[in-house]
Amino acid sequence: MARGQLAPTPHDPDERGHFGPWGGRFMPEALIAAVDELAAFYEKARVDPEFLDEFARLLRDFAGRPSLLTEAPKFAAHAGGARIFLKREDLNHTGSHKINNVLGQALLTKRMGKKRVIAETGAGQHGVATATACALMGLDCVVYMGEVDTERQALNVARMRLLGARVIPVKTGSRTLKDAINEALRDWVANVDDTHYLLGTAAGPHPFPVLVRDFHRIIGIEAREQILEKAGRLPDVVAACVGGGSNAIGIFHGFIDDPSVRLVGLEPGGDGIDTDRHGATLTAGTPGSLHGAMSYVLQDEDGQIAEAHSISAGLDYPGVGPEHAFLKDSGRAEYRPVTDAQAMEAFALLSREEGIIPAVESAHALAGALVLGRELGPDGLILVNLSGRGDKDMDTAIKWFGLGVES
Amino acid sequence: MSRLEPVFSACRAESRAALIGYLPAGYPTVEGSKDVLRTMVSSGCDLVEVGLPFSDPVMDGVTIQRAAEQALRGGFRVRDLFGVVESVAAAGGRAVVMTYWNPVLAYGVDRFARDLAAAGGLGVITPDLVPDEGAEWIAATDAHDLDRIFLVAPSSTEERIALTARSSRGFLYATSVMGVTGARDVVSSAAPALVKRVREHTDMPIGVGLGVRNGAQAAELAAFADGVIVGSAFVSAVQDDTVAALTEELASGVRQAAAAV
Ligand SMILES: Cc1ncc(COP(=O)(O)O)c(C=O)c1O
Repeated sequence: MARGQLAPTPHDPDERGHFGPWGGRFMPEALIAAVDELAAFYEKARVDPEFLDEFARLLRDFAGRPSLLTEAPKFAAHAGGARIFLKREDLNHTGSHKINNVLGQALLTKRMGKKRVIAETGAGQHGVATATACALMGLDCVVYMGEVDTERQALNVARMRLLGARVIPVKTGSRTLKDAINEALRDWVANVDDTHYLLGTAAGPHPFPVLVRDFHRIIGIEAREQILEKAGRLPDVVAACVGGGSNAIGIFHGFIDDPSVRLVGLEPGGDGIDTDRHGATLTAGTPGSLHGAMSYVLQDEDGQIAEAHSISAGLDYPGVGPEHAFLKDSGRAEYRPVTDAQAMEAFALLSREEGIIPAVESAHALAGALVLGRELGPDGLILVNLSGRGDKDMDTAIKWFGLGVES
Repeated sequence: MSRLEPVFSACRAESRAALIGYLPAGYPTVEGSKDVLRTMVSSGCDLVEVGLPFSDPVMDGVTIQRAAEQALRGGFRVRDLFGVVESVAAAGGRAVVMTYWNPVLAYGVDRFARDLAAAGGLGVITPDLVPDEGAEWIAATDAHDLDRIFLVAPSSTEERIALTARSSRGFLYATSVMGVTGARDVVSSAAPALVKRVREHTDMPIGVGLGVRNGAQAAELAAFADGVIVGSAFVSAVQDDTVAALTEELASGVRQAAAAV
């Protein structure tokens, strides 16, 4: 059951998508009709029992929800003894939280009568989830992926192709996620009549930040019930990695009205935020408009968008969803950077101690939990969103740890 | 009052459309772009659009993307834009700027309008700013007496065309196709229909662009538009060293329509 996950909340933006000064629509007029149409269909769908039932059914029977909540005691022993629970989005079909949003938007695509879906992808998880949903629902699928990412996530390229999607390597700009979004937007302008742009994170122009968030709210709804049952109380901290911000906003919303629960987003610190090789948008960015919304952005003093750097392709993005900018300013959520080295240490630690290989993206949240646990002490209770599994990251791990065959 | 009104009324007096040529500032270099723009002015552009190179130009096809990348790699800075505009004005030309919104935000909205007006710029085209989000921009352009050109597209509803027309000054930019910039072989059939719809909401001049690359296409658009906007073809002409010839061809194109009528 979706349990009201799409119901309007007091945290919704205004009619034109503004969360305070953030969000909105900074995009070409040619696409306004399409986002208006999407918003109109979504407003109807989010309160339509038939849509809600169909979405709930897909989450249950296809994605495999509810996902588990698993305690990680041996991992937690490295975190000052605080208790740590993992929300197991890695166990969803296709291996990450991304499937929640994709199923919701694919259903909307059908409702709008569109036959073709385009998507951007960084790590390839959103591309794989989109290709999966399109195979399931009989939609044509084209995925734009930065050329750099097609190389570091070759396994996911193969998965998408097997699922019937066309993967187009993007060779312009920094050849990563932001350039894949640019290229998807260019495709969308030219093909908007029959094409839905299935954006993969809680960013972009209104209504994407709201509808992507809502499709992921199931994470927080389930996790809140599960942790109350297993730990008997609310967590002190909910930790999630933040690329564009979709897995984080989905779990945060389950606890946003619980003032005792700290919401902590972990950003890709790359080589460190004192270098220029990182992707810590909320920690080190400045206000700007990118890909359709006002938010924090990594940019130079001329407003040219900077290249983000992260070991994790899924976090390698110089922008972030506007609701996170709002939560940062209001103080309701905190955001901290995690370096590549810290993330990879947590990646190895969870694998060894708990028998769970996390996505490198999710390893940022785990690394944050190690630090937060020590701050909270042994009475602490931390909920970590384990947004995805690490199979796709084996090349990265082989390179980082030198995991070749022993000679 | 519109700063661009004299451009369009002079063309109207000759019963023809205005030729509006685009070039990114800093392409091929800052000084090189000044030279090219001067050639465009002296060879027959009634108005030039000086583009501000941006790292993430989502409305541009590959020709203009590459030109912007080259300008940025060459060290182009936003402050260089004003010198380029100044040189157009000094050569007796008239210039508007075409820019994505983020560089304006980063520079400071009011400061950008002020410095552009001081450099002799007459207006600004903002391809990713819609009037709905434009309150600060409208105030700044009013304060510094700059025209502001918003865009309409074939997908725009009547209501949005009305809003965009109300919010613009100088002219309206009608994107003739659903797509990004780039020269095309055929002029879109959507353009005449869009211009007709727009005329029901305003008597402001309408410039039509996206895809024009030769004199015949310019003539075709000039038959129903007040301005013919050409971008990617000029960028390619810089590479081929044919800017003067292209300008002359297009300039005679916008005059043919009148002859044909
Ligand atoms: C497993 C996983 N976690 C997190 C992310 C980051 O995205 P978001 O911040 O939208 O959750 C990605 C993106 O590809 C991902 O694959």
